[in-house]
Amino acid sequence: MSMDLLAHLQELDNLITREKPKGGALIPVLHQAQELYGYLPKELQDYIADGLGIPQSNVYGVVTFYAFFTTKPRGRHRVGLCLGTACYVRGNTKNLERLSRELGVNAGESTPDLRYSLEVCRCIGLCSKAPAIMIDKSVHSKVQPDQVAEILSRYE
Amino acid sequence: MTLKELERIRAKAQKELAVRGVEISPDSELKPPRPGEVRVVLRNCGQIDPERIEDYIAKDGYFALYKVLNMTPEQVIEEAKRSGLRGRGGAGFPPGQKWFFARQAVASRPAPADGTPPAYLICNGDEGDPGAFMDRAVLEGDPNSVLEGMAIAAYAMGATQGYIYVRAEYPVAVEHLQTAIPQARRLGLLGKNIFGKGFDFDVDIRIGAGAFVCGEETALIDSIEGRRGEPRPRPPFPAVSGLWGKPTSVNNVETLANIPQIFLNGADWFAGMGTEKSKGTKTFAIAGKVKNAGLIEVPMGITMREIIYDIGEGILNKKKFKAAQTGGPLGGCLPAKYLDTPIDFESLAAAGSLMGSGGLIVLDENDCMVDVARFFMDFTQDESCGKCPPCCLGTKRLLEILTRMTQAEGTAEDLQTIEYLTENISTTSLCALGQGSVNPVVTTMRHFRDEYESHVYKKFCPSGVCKGMFHYEILADVCNGCGVCRKKCPDKVIKGDKKVVHEIDLPNCIVCGDCYKACKFDAIAIRPGPTPKSRLPERR
Repeated sequence: MSMDLLAHLQELDNLITREKPKGGALIPVLHQAQELYGYLPKELQDYIADGLGIPQSNVYGVVTFYAFFTTKPRGRHRVGLCLGTACYVRGNTKNLERLSRELGVNAGESTPDLRYSLEVCRCIGLCSKAPAIMIDKSVHSKVQPDQVAEILSRYE
Repeated sequence: MTLKELERIRAKAQKELAVRGVEISPDSELKPPRPGEVRVVLRNCGQIDPERIEDYIAKDGYFALYKVLNMTPEQVIEEAKRSGLRGRGGAGFPPGQKWFFARQAVASRPAPADGTPPAYLICNGDEGDPGAFMDRAVLEGDPNSVLEGMAIAAYAMGATQGYIYVRAEYPVAVEHLQTAIPQARRLGLLGKNIFGKGFDFDVDIRIGAGAFVCGEETALIDSIEGRRGEPRPRPPFPAVSGLWGKPTSVNNVETLANIPQIFLNGADWFAGMGTEKSKGTKTFAIAGKVKNAGLIEVPMGITMREIIYDIGEGILNKKKFKAAQTGGPLGGCLPAKYLDTPIDFESLAAAGSLMGSGGLIVLDENDCMVDVARFFMDFTQDESCGKCPPCCLGTKRLLEILTRMTQAEGTAEDLQTIEYLTENISTTSLCALGQGSVNPVVTTMRHFRDEYESHVYKKFCPSGVCKGMFHYEILADVCNGCGVCRKKCPDKVIKGDKKVVHEIDLPNCIVCGDCYKACKFDAIAIRPGPTPKSRLPERR
């Protein structure tokens, strides 16, 4: 077992014990495990499968089905660019191009220093403030390409 | 909790609320009601502090539940049916009917011996439609109205456990629910023996994980059970065999938020609003190329023109209206001739679109309908769960064709293939996602066929969206040489002296469109044919 997994082992065990008796524990456990570790690598998935007494294939199937779960480490800051309809027609693809250029990564990737990860999301419900970008839990509305660099610099 | 206690809390909370007041943040998408609006679902949003249950009680909260618990479940179902309320999640199925079927199913089987709930009530807050955010507004601004609606629904159908399924993308909604549920439990408005009437009901939150298909009720049930969200064939319907095989009713957030008001004010009051077959009010999220975007609530039967031009204050930047996209990715695009059609479930369906959850995105002359169709197909293709081939494979092929068309590689045969594929996908897919996935393509083909033909035969995108299929030209008879475009041009390829007609150096122009947007005199036109440097869009 890698050091990685050991880091929050106690919390993980508690979490599995707490959720296991409830029906449909897998998704809540994955949510909270991802909160603890930042991502869901294969060995963490296997550990959860053992803990909940379900096949590893089920866990892997669920992790890869839902867009919210990730098997790769993510950056400290999640830059979520909305490509819902309103943001799309109000020109958020231009912001995406700019973000991608500023960060040097494509959507779905993280910067090598793990400061940012760039994600495209489907409608975060901020249509009246389109085009919108959500960084961690804060919202940047009516973003113009020229503002992108400055906005990014606010997140260390 | 007794009625007396609830009245005492209300009196105290009303006084407090009057003194304290509630601040609405100025950038909220929920502005004060505009003329023409009638707020039922949104009535408390911004008027109360969503994290204080007392505020909700001050607005007569939980009095409907008290009233309901003094009726028989059959009377409750009857009243809900009489109100004419139809499900606000998209399909428009009457919730009273759902509860009726679930209640029948509960009665037909023995009570569970293992102490598990006899039936479940699920609130569907997996609001995945891009362009719709009414459920988020209600869950964030008035979570208790949904909880009360859930309790009433549960009583009617015979459920003792409820789940609210909320998107992970709505952290504030989750937070407010996590505050509201323990508060309601503390006051005895959730839990055992509510109002001393022997009715038990409790609610748990389930957080989604980013799968659009989980808004489909059977997929949502799978997701709560901890699996991949894949729709199940019906029958059996969830009302008969749903969550963990028990009778289950899945109702939308907005539907449930309507329920307490119907029981407070009576079914006749509710049925007095709207059209013959679509009663009450509907929230719409107006967005896109409209001046006054935001969330509104209007009586059913209002026209699109009233929504877009009166409440929405018209189109941005004096552009021309091209289409309204209603019903999200499974809905359709309606051209100007439908502006005066009264909006209800039937009229939108007749026009080939959907009420859906109430997203309304306004498109103007600079939106390319082929690209819009491609955009939605990209969405549904990505979100197809992969279970049934018509949807899983058909949307993939459609996306490939539409992508080709927007890259100047479409053929005449493609137009025929689209018609063949859309027909097949819509008639043979397992769930509403697959069946509806073709609607954006079908409606744009029906109403904007000229744009498709222009893309295929002339390799020209008349709206100036599809890169490599058009260029810009400065009109010599309109240009007054103001120089704005010259300054805006990032590559400095616009030449011309002050007050002299400007010209674009086409061989070096990348067709970014900055000049077109900047020109205040409509002196720049979109013309067929690429320039050597006009980039193709990124392949997805």
